[in-house]
Amino acid sequence: MKLNSKAILIAAAVFLSACTNNGGFGAGGTGAGGAGGTGDVSDPTTVAYFQQSIGDRVLFLVDQHTLTTEATKILNEQAVWLMNNGEFSAVVEGHADEQGTSAYNLALSGRRANSAIEYLVSRGVSPARLKSLPLGKERPIAICSEEACYSQNRRAVTVVAAAGLS
Amino acid sequence: MRLIKSVTLALVCLCAAQIATAQNGPLRIEITEGVIEPLPVAVPDFIAENPAAQDVAVNIARVIASDLSGTGLFREIPHDAFISQITSFSSPVQYSDWKAINAQALVSGAVSVASDGRMTVKFRVFDVFSDTPLGDGLQFGGTTGSWRRIAHKVADVVYSRITGEGGYFDSRVVFVSESGPKNKRLKRLAVMDYDGANLQYLTDASAIVLAPRFSPAGDRVLYTSYETGFPRVNILNVGTVKRRALDVQAEALTFAPRFGPDGNTVVLSLSQGGNTDIYKTTVNGGDLQRLTSTPAIETAPGFSPDGKRIVFESDRSGTQQLYVMGANGGEATRISFGKGRYGTPVWSPRGDLIAFTKQANGRFHIGVMRTDGSEERLLTASFLDEGPTWSPNGRVIMFTRESKGAAGARALYSVDITGRNLRRVSTEGAASDPAWSPLLK
Repeated sequence: MKLNSKAILIAAAVFLSACTNNGGFGAGGTGAGGAGGTGDVSDPTTVAYFQQSIGDRVLFLVDQHTLTTEATKILNEQAVWLMNNGEFSAVVEGHADEQGTSAYNLALSGRRANSAIEYLVSRGVSPARLKSLPLGKERPIAICSEEACYSQNRRAVTVVAAAGLS
Repeated sequence: MRLIKSVTLALVCLCAAQIATAQNGPLRIEITEGVIEPLPVAVPDFIAENPAAQDVAVNIARVIASDLSGTGLFREIPHDAFISQITSFSSPVQYSDWKAINAQALVSGAVSVASDGRMTVKFRVFDVFSDTPLGDGLQFGGTTGSWRRIAHKVADVVYSRITGEGGYFDSRVVFVSESGPKNKRLKRLAVMDYDGANLQYLTDASAIVLAPRFSPAGDRVLYTSYETGFPRVNILNVGTVKRRALDVQAEALTFAPRFGPDGNTVVLSLSQGGNTDIYKTTVNGGDLQRLTSTPAIETAPGFSPDGKRIVFESDRSGTQQLYVMGANGGEATRISFGKGRYGTPVWSPRGDLIAFTKQANGRFHIGVMRTDGSEERLLTASFLDEGPTWSPNGRVIMFTRESKGAAGARALYSVDITGRNLRRVSTEGAASDPAWSPLLK
């Protein structure tokens, strides 16, 4: 069950190059190593379904890491999907907007990733399948310096990948 | 080398009314609140004592002049204003010719290059209005390839003799060199002279790197790398560029490292289950010791110069604030009480001040306070300033400034602890997270 993070990063990079309107980390990964690209959005066993039909990310208020009602709804569905697709593991990326010092934002993004992980675990997902990746303000998905962008950047993104590759 | 006696004298200024005062004591700049008018200094080309020394003699004088005027404390007198020319290192100085153009200090020197490439640089500093040399003549030797370092060393001596402070020109800065757009930024560790010359890359751009910090001897760098996909503190040897992870704990997320003054102790942040605390370890990753244990975010630790205390930031009160605790942890005393948030504290190498980043009313500031939190002064203000680092003499702060918007880019800036002389540090491209080395040996 050990996650191959390198494979995920490579897969994420491949995905990004194919999908330029969704740049940066947190654009999601494809199931690496033969999980079949992004797959069919309507097929509940695919990564594409997880990313687009369920939603792979939850958003946070300024300087907060508590989950909103909207966030718990998404995480409920993520948990169900992960329970149904046991061959997948997930790296939960935490992110912060640019308003804040680098080390603090890194720690804050770790809190956010952990909030999502703790919730998924409370819904039955084994903690062994989940890993936290705090990215601070290193990988914004929206690049303006306005709240319209900041609100998208304060996120925790569940990046799923077929496990057992290593 | 004989240093000037530490006679305290008020600012020596250009104005005629004060020239008489200047004649009564040695040339001196007090780097405190008083210095507004830069001191005029003449730095003629150094004399080339043989043809092989010709280019380097000119270049050395240029770097010395640039170091001095870059401090904002000196103003170089243009060469075309000179009445006297220095044609020989040993002939007497015509003080009246330098007084006539209001040069208060004069730096003269000579360079010779031997057939084996060894270079000798001699120089003298003169207090023009006192008709006397300021200290003895000095001589530095080295290879022609080290001419920049020798120029910085000469400038450090000149600066020291006139200000009574240690110099800072013969130093390096390790930083993160950046390229690419905001959402796909490529980052590499790089090191350069304090003035931007002699750039050298230490890592490639394959993994995010953050916040490098020099060892007390300047030979190693601690930094955070995402090489494994996850943030982990690494240690890199500047000479060999060899690096390794600091394996404090299997799969631990670690960041924000700093060396202790012994060069062996390391403080860092370790994040576990979403909670970030401060730990102490060694460069080998051994003896892991937890120094804070609250549910708060506790990060950006750094030692006092004597190694007895650690300053750090914590949001245990609800917002980011600065705290000081003993080197082994224990009870911490909050030192920041102003309005706003405080982070990234760094103890001055002189021990007297702590520099920090402050956020208030949507603006970012670099500021300094005494180590008990008193006498807070903000030195800068912008959309985003952060991450101060001290010059080796504790008189100048370098930091990262980021511009606003989708095209926002980071650059290095420096500012005096008086808040004056804000300037951009020359780097090839975008840059962030500077850390100043100690004076080179």
